[in-house]
Amino acid sequence: MLRKLHLKKEIQLGLGLMIGIIFGFLLHKGGVTKYDIIIGQLLLTDFTVMKVMLTAIITGMVGVHFLKSLGIAELHPKPGSVGSVGTGGLLFGVGFGLLGYCPGTMVGAVGEGFLDALFGGVVGMIIGAGLFSELYPRLEKSPLNRGNFGELTWPQLFRLNSWIIIIPFSIGMIILLVWIEKSGL
Amino acid sequence: MDIGAYLEIGIWSFGFGGIVDMEWLSIDRWSPYAAGIGIGLLSCVAFLLSDKPIGCSTAFSRTSGMIERLFRGGIVAEKAYYKKFAPAIEWEWMLVVGIFIGAFLSASLSGQFQVAWVPERWASSFGDTPVLRWIVALLGGILIGIGSRWAGGCTSGHGISGTLQLAVSSWLAVVSFFIGGIITAMVVFHIFGL
Repeated sequence: MLRKLHLKKEIQLGLGLMIGIIFGFLLHKGGVTKYDIIIGQLLLTDFTVMKVMLTAIITGMVGVHFLKSLGIAELHPKPGSVGSVGTGGLLFGVGFGLLGYCPGTMVGAVGEGFLDALFGGVVGMIIGAGLFSELYPRLEKSPLNRGNFGELTWPQLFRLNSWIIIIPFSIGMIILLVWIEKSGL
Repeated sequence: MDIGAYLEIGIWSFGFGGIVDMEWLSIDRWSPYAAGIGIGLLSCVAFLLSDKPIGCSTAFSRTSGMIERLFRGGIVAEKAYYKKFAPAIEWEWMLVVGIFIGAFLSASLSGQFQVAWVPERWASSFGDTPVLRWIVALLGGILIGIGSRWAGGCTSGHGISGTLQLAVSSWLAVVSFFIGGIITAMVVFHIFGL
């Protein structure tokens, strides 16, 4: 673990910026900062978003768990509950369908020159996040904590070694991608 | 002015040009699989060097808190939500700034940077009036702001970083994101659209 590096605040701000620049570059080169492509995915006519996401998940899943096996990285799974990721996820989805960008790709779209992403997306998201901070005390217990399962991962749930899950998950996602390509989507 | 060409000359004259063919930086699109592998490897770098999963939505919450603090002062830090996510600039906030720069660089290098209000697919169904697009986008943005904080993450934090860690919460979140998104997009384009 590079603990000393993790604790250096200024260097970490610089690393965040660098990683963000590469992330934005890759999102744009992958085509997923474009409204037309994201909406195409949601209308199930263009599968670029799924191709980028599944490939990133497979690569990252194998890579990050490998780093963890070497003892040089730690996992930080997000806690969750049925009330938070279920309800919140659906609300997010409705917004996703209306805006046609998600938070990261929206910032990328602003970088590409799209004003709907800036004055609609960025401004809206700041307003929405502000509204949420007002609502939070009333939501905290319920629904946000309803059906809470904490920082659970699939290997913990099934009491299996991570790799016993990663290998079939990866194979399944690769089969899905091959099938998408073969269908010409 | 063609910013793309300008930047390209900048990079070429920087000295890389003669040694490495930089054409891959200036082409319009890469294979989605190349971009995906890049994002997956970048996630590994983030875990290794910064001990952080890549995510975007808390940065908006922090920004909202910083703006609120401008109007209401230090009392904002007392709000329960900002005790969890302090309204301050940190790693993820810088990452979001970086996304803007990175996408701008990529778009400029491939000559795609252009200021526009209405994306093509939207214009083909609803016309190219900025006002309608802006209202719908703003409504979408507000719902994404509430929804991503409600769910504790977005398509990056849950959708990529969470799923690759095999987090149960993130797999449920990403399924909910796409169920909500697919139904909404279908309603918008097939019921209201032309």
